[in-house]
Amino acid sequence: MCLNEPVLTCTDLQKRFGDVQAVNGISFRIAPGETYGLLGPNGAGKTTTISMVCGLLEPDAGAVAVAGTPLTTRSVSAKAAIGYVPQDLALYPDLSAAENLRFFARLYGLGPADTSRRVAEVLDLIGLSERGGDQAKTYSGGMRRRLNIGIGLLHRPRLLVLDEPTVGVDPQSRNAILESVVRLAQEGMAVLYTTHYMEEAERLCDRIGIVDLGELKAEGTRAELVALVGEHDRVRIQGVGDLEVGARACTLISSVQAASVRDGAIELLVDHARGVLVQLLETVAAASVDVDAVEVDEPDLEAVFLHLTGKALRD
Amino acid sequence: MRSALLIAGKDFRQRLRDRSAILVAFVVPFVLAAIFGATLHDVGSGRVTFSFGLVDLDGGQAARTFSTQVLSPLERTGLARLRTEPSLERGRADADDGTVAATFVLPESFSSAIGRGQSTQLTILGDVDSPIGALVARSVALGFAERVDGMRIAVAAARPTSAAEARRLEARAAAAPQTVTITDVSTSRRELDPGTYYAAGMAVFFLFFTVQFGVTSILDERRDGTLARMLAAPIRRSTVIVGKLLTSLVLGIVSMSVLVAATRFVLGAHWGNPLGVAILIVSGVLAATSVMALVATLAKTPDQAGAWSSMVALVLAMLGGSFFSVAQAGGAIGALSLLTPHAWFLRGLDDLASDAGLGSVLGPAAAMLAFAAVTGSVALTRMGKLIEP
Repeated sequence: MCLNEPVLTCTDLQKRFGDVQAVNGISFRIAPGETYGLLGPNGAGKTTTISMVCGLLEPDAGAVAVAGTPLTTRSVSAKAAIGYVPQDLALYPDLSAAENLRFFARLYGLGPADTSRRVAEVLDLIGLSERGGDQAKTYSGGMRRRLNIGIGLLHRPRLLVLDEPTVGVDPQSRNAILESVVRLAQEGMAVLYTTHYMEEAERLCDRIGIVDLGELKAEGTRAELVALVGEHDRVRIQGVGDLEVGARACTLISSVQAASVRDGAIELLVDHARGVLVQLLETVAAASVDVDAVEVDEPDLEAVFLHLTGKALRD
Repeated sequence: MRSALLIAGKDFRQRLRDRSAILVAFVVPFVLAAIFGATLHDVGSGRVTFSFGLVDLDGGQAARTFSTQVLSPLERTGLARLRTEPSLERGRADADDGTVAATFVLPESFSSAIGRGQSTQLTILGDVDSPIGALVARSVALGFAERVDGMRIAVAAARPTSAAEARRLEARAAAAPQTVTITDVSTSRRELDPGTYYAAGMAVFFLFFTVQFGVTSILDERRDGTLARMLAAPIRRSTVIVGKLLTSLVLGIVSMSVLVAATRFVLGAHWGNPLGVAILIVSGVLAATSVMALVATLAKTPDQAGAWSSMVALVLAMLGGSFFSVAQAGGAIGALSLLTPHAWFLRGLDDLASDAGLGSVLGPAAAMLAFAAVTGSVALTRMGKLIEP
């Protein structure tokens, strides 16, 4: 990653609709090959932010630059660097997948030969080569979702913008979409991904911006965000034997911050529990405790969101 | 322009797969024009024949005159077919069951009452399902009554000195030729024949629905998210508008041209000078597209646009004479009809039919272009809102 040459730079974006301040001073940057997630509940301002990034909405204040070129609703060349995948399906159901792709490829300025080649490649990429000639209205929901994403990839954009692409998608298609995003990022494409699913943000994104009420509450890698909260992992060891002795033995390990016995189990607060889990189990076993089960509860983005906003992510 | 053509090309592909568009643009107007034209063709061309019954309870001179000098000439011209009814009951029954359009009933003492200068009655029993036939019968009877009155006045004015002289004067008055004969009811402008009139009326009526598939489809694209997708592409916003307007214009011109050709060769419509017709079609399509663009900018949803467009198309068509000639009504309605492109389109075709030359369509075309300019200008000022994702 080269953070000095961002593909996308958003500076102090603001947008108001009537009395509602939908976006209030959001700034972030995305480097080439980086996947940046905007995580927040519905109505947080993610889609409005994306609309300004794609030149669909004019910000009241602030600026968007794509590969160093300022972008507004009137921009033409800057938009060519962006591939936009809207949240809802945006395709022509009475046209085939190939016709949908061909239309948008030409709209993005690809020549006839390039268009034919890219349409074939994208149909292959989204697994619709065999059904490419059928009208989109005959496709399953998952196939339409894939086509919706495929349209955004046609012109090999430097920045792919995906607005909640997995909403309303079955688990199998969802997994396929997430794998595609990982693959594209590996190929060097910068990705801006909005979601209100914490797991998706954790799985896909190199950095995450937490958005609520139109403001960017915090941003960073997952580890940085969790560190921001300052919480420890919780380890619960269920077993038979002298649990008090086992708990006391665990406190001798430096990363264990606290130990107690409750409801037939040893409960520990630990820094980076996964790194010392084997040592913990050996210690408990040495204290003559037969271990039946172990649970590790790490602080996640849900906890971070709760910490930053005072409410759960799905509220 | 390349992107605008792409958008228009995509729209055409969609419309070709949309059967409702084909129906509205080509099939329905053609079928309706055929139905209207076939139904009203005989009336308009004067080739219609009405059946009339005659119940003569009098049998006198005046009754014979009515039969031989009024009804028989009508029969000879082919306008009427006469049926002598044996009784009043039969005459009434034939009118009731539609065997005849109307039955004339000449009462007993009809002739003697006329001869004495007394009042008498000529009754018309009309078929309720044939109002035009009954109206013709009433006009015929009224004409006869006025002629009898005329003779009576002429005889009275001559002050006959005896009954014999009075009868002689009456006979002379009856035999005298009519001083005024009506040879044509039309004005100096020859009117379109019914087949052409309804072909043109239906074509211009449905034109307003056809052009909708272009401009108002922006609202469909906004609802379906594809407008946002187009606006995210490296094209100007005005390109989308130009593409949609192109779709409307080309769809309108193709639809009208196909209808003109189809009604010309299948229904025998007489459209007149092809270049004049082309000028009228292009002007009409521009006017229709501008109106529908304005409606699209006022609506918030595709459904709203559809409902408003239908209302506007229907009101303009009725006022403009697509279904019946409103201009003949005169007065305020006649003047209002001139505010519609339909009226000017039909007037332009009227002028072409009168062999007035190609220049005669320039006035109607200019009126339609003025209509397009006014509504189009308002639409363009509001187009920015329509093109928001």
